[in-house]
Amino acid sequence: MSMQIEQHMDQGNRVVTYVNAIREALAQEMSVDPSVFVFGLDVDDHKGIQGSTLGLVDEFGPERVFSTPLSEDAMTGVAIGAAMTGMRPVHVHIRMDFLMLAMNQLVNMAAKTHYMFGGAYKVPLVVRSMIGKSWGQGAQHSQGLQAMFAHVPGLKVVAPSNAYDVKGCLIEAIRDNNPVIFVEHRLLYFTDAYVPEESYTVPFGKARVHGEGGDVTLVGISNMVAECLRAREILTEAGIRCEVIDPISLKPLDFETIAASAKRTKRVIIVDNAWVDFGASAEIAARIAETDELGGVKVRRMGYAPTTCPTTPWLEKEFYPNPATIAERAFALVKPDAAPLQVMPELMELAYQAQFRGPF
Amino acid sequence: MTAANSVILRLYEGMKFIRRVEEKVAEIYPSDMIKSPVHLSIGQEAASVAVCDNLEKSDLVSGTYRGHALYLAKGGSLKAMIAEMFGKDDGAARGKGGSMHLVSREDNVLGASAVVGTNISISTGAALSAKMRKSGQVTACFFGDGATEEGAFSESLNFAALMKLPILFVCENNFYAIHKPLSSRWATDRLCERVATYGIAAHLINDDDVLKMHEIAGAAIDRIRKGGGPEFIEYHAYRMREHVGPNEDFDQGYRPKSESTSWTDRDQLVRLAGMIDETDKRRIDDAIELKIAAAVDFAEQSPAPKIDELYRHVYAD
Repeated sequence: MSMQIEQHMDQGNRVVTYVNAIREALAQEMSVDPSVFVFGLDVDDHKGIQGSTLGLVDEFGPERVFSTPLSEDAMTGVAIGAAMTGMRPVHVHIRMDFLMLAMNQLVNMAAKTHYMFGGAYKVPLVVRSMIGKSWGQGAQHSQGLQAMFAHVPGLKVVAPSNAYDVKGCLIEAIRDNNPVIFVEHRLLYFTDAYVPEESYTVPFGKARVHGEGGDVTLVGISNMVAECLRAREILTEAGIRCEVIDPISLKPLDFETIAASAKRTKRVIIVDNAWVDFGASAEIAARIAETDELGGVKVRRMGYAPTTCPTTPWLEKEFYPNPATIAERAFALVKPDAAPLQVMPELMELAYQAQFRGPF
Repeated sequence: MTAANSVILRLYEGMKFIRRVEEKVAEIYPSDMIKSPVHLSIGQEAASVAVCDNLEKSDLVSGTYRGHALYLAKGGSLKAMIAEMFGKDDGAARGKGGSMHLVSREDNVLGASAVVGTNISISTGAALSAKMRKSGQVTACFFGDGATEEGAFSESLNFAALMKLPILFVCENNFYAIHKPLSSRWATDRLCERVATYGIAAHLINDDDVLKMHEIAGAAIDRIRKGGGPEFIEYHAYRMREHVGPNEDFDQGYRPKSESTSWTDRDQLVRLAGMIDETDKRRIDDAIELKIAAAVDFAEQSPAPKIDELYRHVYAD
């Protein structure tokens, strides 16, 4: 747990879930800024995007909280046009996979507008989307596509991994004058943390270091931060000290914090909630390779299997890194000559599966 | 048609200005001073001029890569436009957008897009914003016949009608998407009927009559401003030059020269010129030439952008 979160704990702050932290951030920003509005398919229905927009329509009215036709392409253009002309839209997609329908507007318009018009128009837009996992989410409800967006100049990409950061990052994103791709993860929704009631921001481009340990650095992205923290528990028992770094935002990326840790530990494993090829893990690994003073640092990457995500749980559990596979990989990196770490099968069961059951 | 003399004068001036600017652009183009592909509107000036004459300065317009006419008709600076095409620091987008991305925040010209159809939903968003802000602004959105084939067109029409947004959609139908004729792209040519099914009033002007366009657009904009919801105009016009570049292209075989004759025969600029007094015409024409010469001179004198401009504007502060 980071210093900042511990401090808030000391101040007697409330324990709030990730989903409620999102809703609170939206409500607080809508209260202080009349240009903020929330729209997207089903944001105003009885389920309210898994609860993250629930009640907003009652508080702020249907003019500022409204559902749309599916039309992801045009609705993204609508969001951009509104953002260019004085509004601050939060456009909500219940799955990140659906952003592929919005790719043209996001890449060709949102990312380019400020630059290709020489600064004439800004696009203060937040695009919320959620990565799904488990319970048969399968091929088209599970994709972590953050790298596609982080590739493009003009977009910011943020993937908060806990309730404290998700509130602060969402407020920061709404106030940002650029398009921000806001990556949430379904399995984080019912995790909780100490979250201040008042409004606050978590700056982009500043990584969070969870714990300290000199043997190995685990860089986790999105939900993989939680998996890395669980892996750390296993590793501690095995006598390996690791620190877990959460970049929070991928673009901008706080490489300095990762580099400082890598310099100490000489070993880095990047665990992405996405495929490895050409992804965020490749980017971080490349930056380490390009930094002379990090010569000799051993780098490993973990992420989705290089396949489409299957629905059957027997195959799906092999698709994702989990605390056991992360710990085993880290152990092998730190102690290459020792017998491989054997993680007991019960630890293979991911903690979230005991805590959360569908339906989605 | 009983348009007032003042309207005829304004329409003549607007169309003549754009025609002469683009002829000048075509003339300069071989010199390589223009660092940008050019998509000329020669033959299609009427829609922009007639619609914009009915708009307030605070109203918004959005157009395409064939956007010189709209940018100028809405009041965009010619100096900034030519400097932009020359890739200079004083350009409308500081040299970073070129001919295809003309923009003027001051004149409420939302930047033009070179990806067909994208500006339809962007301008729908601007109209939503105007409605939410209760600003009273109308947005006029221009696009070609090709754009109506994009999903964004149907999606945006549906949303604009659903939300009763203050937007005028203007389809400049010139019958070609790059080099492909309508007949190989549309199952039927009943575009206005398609649009009307969204509950949007759709008007067809198929005789290139600039005065009719002015009147219909004016009445539509009045209704839209009063909260009547979106309307649509399909305006038939003819692109006299090649899809991209300064020349004619009738020798390339995809469209016969004879096809253009009926359009040149009723060239609306010639028609308007015949309706105004010779003294007025001379005065307007002379002023236009001076303005163009000054703009070209300005663009030539404008410095090249400094290297650090490359890295500016990637993100807004």
